[in-house]
Amino acid sequence: MSGTNRIIVTVIGTDRVGIIAGVAQVLADNNVNILDISQTILQEFLVMIMVADMRGSKVDLSTLKGRLAEKGRELGVRIDAQHEDAFTYMHRI
Amino acid sequence: MLGVDEIIQTIKMIQEENLDIRTITMGVSLLDCAASDPVAVCDKVHRKVTRLAGRLVEIGNEIEREYGIPIVNKRIAVTPVALIIGEMGRDGCLALARTLDRAAAEVGVNFIGGYSTLVHKGFTRGDRELIASLPEALAATERVCASVNVATSKAGINMDAVRLMGAVIKETAARTADRSAIGCAKLVVFANAPEDNPFMAGAFHGVGEPECVINVGVSGPGVVKNAVARLPDADLGALAEEIKKTAFKITRMGELVGRETAKRLGVPFGIVDLSLAPTPAVGDSVAEIIEALGVEACGAPGTTAALALLNDAVKKGGAMASSRVGGLSGAFIPVSEDAGMIRAVAAGALGLDKLEAMTAVCSVGIDMVALPGDTSAETIAALIADEITIGVVNHKTTAVRLIPVPGKRAGEFVEFGGLLGRTPIMEVNHFGAAKFVHRGGRIPAPISSLNN
Repeated sequence: MSGTNRIIVTVIGTDRVGIIAGVAQVLADNNVNILDISQTILQEFLVMIMVADMRGSKVDLSTLKGRLAEKGRELGVRIDAQHEDAFTYMHRI
Repeated sequence: MLGVDEIIQTIKMIQEENLDIRTITMGVSLLDCAASDPVAVCDKVHRKVTRLAGRLVEIGNEIEREYGIPIVNKRIAVTPVALIIGEMGRDGCLALARTLDRAAAEVGVNFIGGYSTLVHKGFTRGDRELIASLPEALAATERVCASVNVATSKAGINMDAVRLMGAVIKETAARTADRSAIGCAKLVVFANAPEDNPFMAGAFHGVGEPECVINVGVSGPGVVKNAVARLPDADLGALAEEIKKTAFKITRMGELVGRETAKRLGVPFGIVDLSLAPTPAVGDSVAEIIEALGVEACGAPGTTAALALLNDAVKKGGAMASSRVGGLSGAFIPVSEDAGMIRAVAAGALGLDKLEAMTAVCSVGIDMVALPGDTSAETIAALIADEITIGVVNHKTTAVRLIPVPGKRAGEFVEFGGLLGRTPIMEVNHFGAAKFVHRGGRIPAPISSLNN
């Protein structure tokens, strides 16, 4: 990965209690540090975005994605994690 | 810091609008694989391709997972093999085709391009052997793609080669008749073929290219269509601006993936090809962009203007996004691979003549067009000659991929499967040009001063 270890975690789905807690727990369990959280309701869907730092984590992004997806199934939402570059490269010169 | 809307936009483009990287193509030079013994050539080629491309698919998948952007194809393009076959003869050529097929299978790519030759100014003995071997090579292998460059703007058109290709396409169709003439879908006839094109079936690794290189082909018709659809009342200038911005974003993604792949494989990054490439999937169609611009059906009056606008805007946006632009860089309009084009042909809105006109303003050409099985070799050659002429006179690349499907008539459907799609057989003009085609020789290159 070029430069940073920052990832963007996105959660999309119907709002309910415990979504943030669930996602945060997975990240904490894997020693991933949350830097920023923002959320918005978009056409009755919850869209939550987390910026997190993987520097201290022992797992790779692929494994973390798998664990987040699993938690997403449990919570009935779609959770994804991508490297920050995928977003910055597209929108910033 | 990234805004929420930007993050949502990226996710939306990928998840809902089919944004993907169409292909990562590794170019491999085979110039050092020439030898006097055919067995030695095959051995060297096999070793080199499997060594350099051994991790291509693995790395591609890794990047796909990390960045969350689908990379549809991982492929290989090699030096036009006519350059290394020397005195190998027909059997030697076929052995080499099988070797490429096996190497591609071993590294896990679905296509390997470069069973090719450039004969725009004339043939060598090797060129003739290779062209003669095409029908059998394409029937006997699964992953090998072939191309023949028959013309350039500087050399003119080799009409002997054009006539020959008409016959080769017919024979290839006959040899793969049991599979809807699929062999023809792996064979491209070019004018002004680019040396760094990552798109099959026309990809090969030109002699001006480095030892090994990673080229990327972006896609994104779905994303562009949605961008257009969001501005139902905008004027055409505003739409061109919006398409430009969208192309910029798509291209940035391509550049990111290309650079990262090249870095991890330890080879140089070559180019991003700015083409909009459709797939048979609904919502991933160039024809639908034209329709979103306001043309009732692709092929209707207005289509050529709309396509030119689209093509130009994509290039302008992409050129800003990457300084490594190359390949074909223009909208692809293959019929069988584009849901909107298929619909337009079936509805009678789009015919071969309009398709030819459209290719004057975009890249590629008469692509993935199925013809009645009884279309003569001369008529196919004449269709090739017309299309190639558009490229030669306009100093651009054009290509032809025609599929005369044995036993099928105009209006019937043919199924190729996978990314190659399905299509109605198109009607061909019933008047011939056999006399013209059989004259042979070379159509001189056009003069480039005195432009009009």
